[in-house]
Amino acid sequence: MSFSVNREGIHAMGGTRVLVGTRKGAFILTSDEERATWEVDGPLFPGWEIYHLKASPIDPDRIYLSQTSGWFGQVIQRSDDGGKSWEAVGNDFSYDGVPGEHQWYDGTLRPWAFTRVWHLEPSLHDAETVYAGVEDAALFKSTDGGLHWAELSGLRQHETGPQWQPGAGGMCLHTILEHPTDPGLLYVAISAAGAFRTSDGGLTWQPINKGLRSGEIPDQDSEVGHCVHNLDLHPSRPDVLYMQKHWDVMRSKDAGETWQEVSGNLPTDFGFAITVHAHEPETVYVVPITSDSLHFPPDGKLRVYRSRTGGDDWEALTQGLPQENCYVNVLRDAMAIDQHPSCGVYFGTSGGQVYASRDSGDSWAAIVRDLPAVLSVEVQTLR
Amino acid sequence: MSYTVRVVLPAHLRALAKVHGDVSVEVAGVVTQRTVLDALETDFPVLVGTIRDRTTAQRRAFVRFFACAEDLSHEGPDTPLPEQVASGHEPFLVVGAMAGG
Repeated sequence: MSFSVNREGIHAMGGTRVLVGTRKGAFILTSDEERATWEVDGPLFPGWEIYHLKASPIDPDRIYLSQTSGWFGQVIQRSDDGGKSWEAVGNDFSYDGVPGEHQWYDGTLRPWAFTRVWHLEPSLHDAETVYAGVEDAALFKSTDGGLHWAELSGLRQHETGPQWQPGAGGMCLHTILEHPTDPGLLYVAISAAGAFRTSDGGLTWQPINKGLRSGEIPDQDSEVGHCVHNLDLHPSRPDVLYMQKHWDVMRSKDAGETWQEVSGNLPTDFGFAITVHAHEPETVYVVPITSDSLHFPPDGKLRVYRSRTGGDDWEALTQGLPQENCYVNVLRDAMAIDQHPSCGVYFGTSGGQVYASRDSGDSWAAIVRDLPAVLSVEVQTLR
Repeated sequence: MSYTVRVVLPAHLRALAKVHGDVSVEVAGVVTQRTVLDALETDFPVLVGTIRDRTTAQRRAFVRFFACAEDLSHEGPDTPLPEQVASGHEPFLVVGAMAGG
């Protein structure tokens, strides 16, 4: 912690910690509130795929990390000192009961099989509670800091479960959003099943996909089968959800009951990540990607698009970003914001760059340029 | 009867278990893949699930078991390992399958 002196006296300055998961390890990038200079620490767990790491919003020193490998399986690491030291915690993600079957790529049925943890979501409401979204799609919960995990099996056992099918990246539960004041209300998203909501802490679930249109499935009104890539919300308006779908940027004003397309003037509405501004609930960021077969920005120009109106009207943010010969991708968990007064926006690329904006996206600079391919970016605002 | 078996882990699992070099485990009774791995996982619980599936006990697909210059990966888990392993003269190797290109 550093300190500054101003006319009001001595004030503790906030810090900024960016948690980066990559194909070959994790990195922790630290700065002060100015976010002008950065220290890069890592790789942590070199050689392992770090799908996600995220800190508790209650205890900023507690960070959870998903460490995974095609050779050696799944490990969950936990730090209680802000990433200085780590201990492996529980990695038993056994499905509840007989797992059953889901659709495979070729339309045959295939048994549910655990592969890895895609996303860890430390609870807003309890420092010991953390959720894990896994492949094959299921939601797990730990109430002892990650030592033990129990599946919230009402989701996987939903009557539509046998109809769920994998997207190209696998059948993964990749997004977990908690309601800011109601611990029993959760939203999750699964590729390629869709979005789901529970209001009873995970016992029962409802698909919330009305209004989504997906050309990849024959029935446009299907309850499931939609490839939702990412969801976000602003805590001041928790019934307003934003979605980056395989194609289409969508918004719901009624907690997912219905969705409206807000792609507006985006150059392409394919993409992976979507993020809401820290202080402006109608300011939303996406990174348009050319198409499902061309996972790079249109025209070789890396552009973040910002809407200040909750979608439909989008402006390109380009200052400081490469505007020629850029063919990287930005994955669903690889964009995040900080909570400083001038909201910082961050994203990582498949080319190993982590870009940061200190001014809500008006200008950008690379914090670091040559990391392994970035899988996830999360940001802590330290007070 | 108890045997001291030397186990060589791949680098990633040595880092995970926070050990350097070979690991020695005590095995009571017959020395087999199963009893060696049981002993290893008892001493290093962090390795549970990383070498074999925690539910089925099947060897993970990209893990191999070598000893005495032989690939023992497809031997049964309860087949006795070579005498040289049980006597501690030769190690039991856990190997990550070659990959890359």
